Amino acid sequence: MGTIQPNVAEPAREELSLVHAAKAGDIGAFEELVKRYDRNVFRIAQHITQNREDAEDVVQDAFLKAYQNLGNFQEQSKFYTWLVRIAVNEALMRLRRRRPERMVSLDEDVKTEEDSMPREVADWAPNPEQLYNRGELREILGKTIQGLPPSFRTVFVLRDVEGLSTEETADALDLSIPAVKSRLLRARLQLRERLSKYFKNRTGGDGKP
Amino acid sequence: MTCSDFLKELTDYLDGVMDAQTRAELEDHLQWCHNCYVVCNTTKMTIEIYRDSHLYELPDDLRIKLRSAILSKCKGHASDGSPSPAPGHAPTE
Repeated sequence: MGTIQPNVAEPAREELSLVHAAKAGDIGAFEELVKRYDRNVFRIAQHITQNREDAEDVVQDAFLKAYQNLGNFQEQSKFYTWLVRIAVNEALMRLRRRRPERMVSLDEDVKTEEDSMPREVADWAPNPEQLYNRGELREILGKTIQGLPPSFRTVFVLRDVEGLSTEETADALDLSIPAVKSRLLRARLQLRERLSKYFKNRTGGDGKP
Repeated sequence: MTCSDFLKELTDYLDGVMDAQTRAELEDHLQWCHNCYVVCNTTKMTIEIYRDSHLYELPDDLRIKLRSAILSKCKGHASDGSPSPAPGHAPTE
């Protein structure tokens, strides 16, 4: 069985020269950085906040904050990892505002191992793409990830959707590597369990729940 | 190796970050344990389906609108001087 490899990041050297130019006041260079990462920041923000307006605000505020604080960027990590850190903080802040009744924290680790133990062990066949059209599939995926605790879906989106390494994710979220790995495993298994309701093999049925 | 041991190693296995001996033990377990094979396979599919889903794509018109708003705010800030450490809230690395 093959392994999952993260996406490859943009060449670091070229990015650093854009950062240097932006630090020197070249707004065009900063615009290039915005163009390079606005889609990623929006995707991360929407995954965390689960709210379109909040995600739009996060994109604007994260880039503005990055611009205002470029002088503090010491270049010990990639610019993107630093930007993600700002964006995640902005997104969590908005989530807390919308859900003041619930504690929202990246340290949230309340579930037990029991919650991630697989119960559904039917294989997925035919492929989900054959069972559902694009729109239906997106709805299922959106609904399913919405049900995960924010700390789990944040780690999942950074590692598995955006392709950050475990180390970069730990750096961006200020978590230890074991904490990232533990949340990632549980996020993956919980998503798998929930998706199985839709995608599991139903021999003899019409394939849909 | 038990199913519980397998599960603990699943993330490193799918990410391809483990030594050859542990990998061989996991693959041996997969040979005879159908449940772990299914869990492993469907977890891999879960990751791939989210990665390929283009969930929450930024539409072009909204992208242009947001970029214009960001740059206008940055220019407003730059008119007070070039980018500099803002007081109060400085992200650390």
